[in-house]
Amino acid sequence: MTFTIPIDNGDAVKNAEADSQRTLYPYVTGTSIVAIKYKDGVLMASDMGGSYGSTLRYKNIERIKAIGKHSLLGASGEISDFQEILRYLDELILNDNMWDDGNSLGPKEVHNYLTRVMYNRRNKFNPLWNTLVLGGVKKGKSYLGMVSMIGVSFEDNHVATGFGNHLARPILRDEWHADLSFEDGVKLLEKCMRVLLYRDRSAINKFQIAKITEEGVTISQPYSLTTFWEFQAFHNPTAGAQGSW
Amino acid sequence: MFRNQYDTDVTTWSPTGRLFQVEYAMEAVKQGSAAIGLRSRSHVVLACVNKAQSELSSHQRKIFKVDDHIGVAIAGLTADGRVLSRYMRSESINHSFTYESPLPVGRLVVRLADKAQVCTQRSWKRPYGVGLLVGGLDESGAHLYYNCPSGNYFEYQAFAIGSRSQAAKTYLERRFESFKESSREELIKDAILAIRETLQGETLKSSLCTVSVLGVDEPFHFLDQESIQKVIDTFEKVPEEEEDAGEGEAEPEAAAGTAEQGGSGDQDVAPMEM
Repeated sequence: MTFTIPIDNGDAVKNAEADSQRTLYPYVTGTSIVAIKYKDGVLMASDMGGSYGSTLRYKNIERIKAIGKHSLLGASGEISDFQEILRYLDELILNDNMWDDGNSLGPKEVHNYLTRVMYNRRNKFNPLWNTLVLGGVKKGKSYLGMVSMIGVSFEDNHVATGFGNHLARPILRDEWHADLSFEDGVKLLEKCMRVLLYRDRSAINKFQIAKITEEGVTISQPYSLTTFWEFQAFHNPTAGAQGSW
Repeated sequence: MFRNQYDTDVTTWSPTGRLFQVEYAMEAVKQGSAAIGLRSRSHVVLACVNKAQSELSSHQRKIFKVDDHIGVAIAGLTADGRVLSRYMRSESINHSFTYESPLPVGRLVVRLADKAQVCTQRSWKRPYGVGLLVGGLDESGAHLYYNCPSGNYFEYQAFAIGSRSQAAKTYLERRFESFKESSREELIKDAILAIRETLQGETLKSSLCTVSVLGVDEPFHFLDQESIQKVIDTFEKVPEEEEDAGEGEAEPEAAAGTAEQGGSGDQDVAPMEM
């Protein structure tokens, strides 16, 4: 029996050198993603901002990407970790295509694969600092799910990440219904994004809406929403707070 | 096949470009008792003959469930078959765990074939001595594959392997064109009739065969003795219109009678029956 002294960098929790290798805090982050199921598939919206702390540093970041033929992935959180995930998925889809056998990974499979990846990283104390939204259509069935950085995963008819959970989901709970038309779906998403634009300090007025149906993926060109700042409350914001500091 | 100076090692080619050890492994498949598979568009039926070492022992298990949507029937070295079934179950469940989705049977079969190929190219290994009939589902419907010790795999509409499988193959060749559109019941009946061909004269009883079914809306499961006997009863009492006109009226009735008793008696003696 030979004894070896472990000198690897494997123990990410205790080893000081390994510390510099694992994710401790996020640096460049994306804010909310909002997504809904509609009549023909799934609609997903995000803004194009990448914040560096409190600075809105990057204004042209695409946070929604197509995955294979059947899925859309949107991410909030650390942008570099999102890019890493895209590399994993690229390899996954490539190997799937190489089988060339009429079978393909659908949104359910991709969602579960991501859940496994996120949970495994969390267990090693080296998370991918993202909340991911995975939507897609396969064989006529729509699928919409979410995975968080600690591996919590679920499916629903409408999902949102970050601030979207607090500001957009109440709107969706009230106004979402099955078989929304494309126009109604976009209007609903724009309503949510507008609220986020007003109230989320890391949101910028430059959006993309992506749609996935049986035919395929379309990601819109960037565009802005109209905003209205002439509300009485904005004219004299401290009117209700006389006497307090 | 005769012994020659190129057949000692699996890693030795013969001058005519053959690997004799691999071919000898394929001979081992022919020694096992018969296994049969047939498929329609939506179902796959696997059936085999129950062979017991002696009257005292139970028969060997030759059909294994790999997953709800995949089953395998083996012929040859049963021990090798068991090991490969365990590998298949492992691959299937790992895929299910990661993707929450059933492993397409075509992909499992390729992994199995690649595993078999390794054993044909290592001097310290020997080829697996078992042939596998893998039936399962994927996105395009029901499939039946045959995996060979050589590492080759083929897709079939219907196939039979093991001893006296040629008789079954002849029967299947006559009928296979209709299998694609067959109903589940017709498919099961054809499987049992094919089994009967391999018995060549021995009376067909439900205790002599094991039959399993899987389909698009039907997870893999074994048919119980009663169901099999019911199917047998539909054709055993009637004299054959096909070439097998040997059985007279009296014999089938007596056979059906003993089949009833034989069936229940065997159930006591062979607890390994599914």
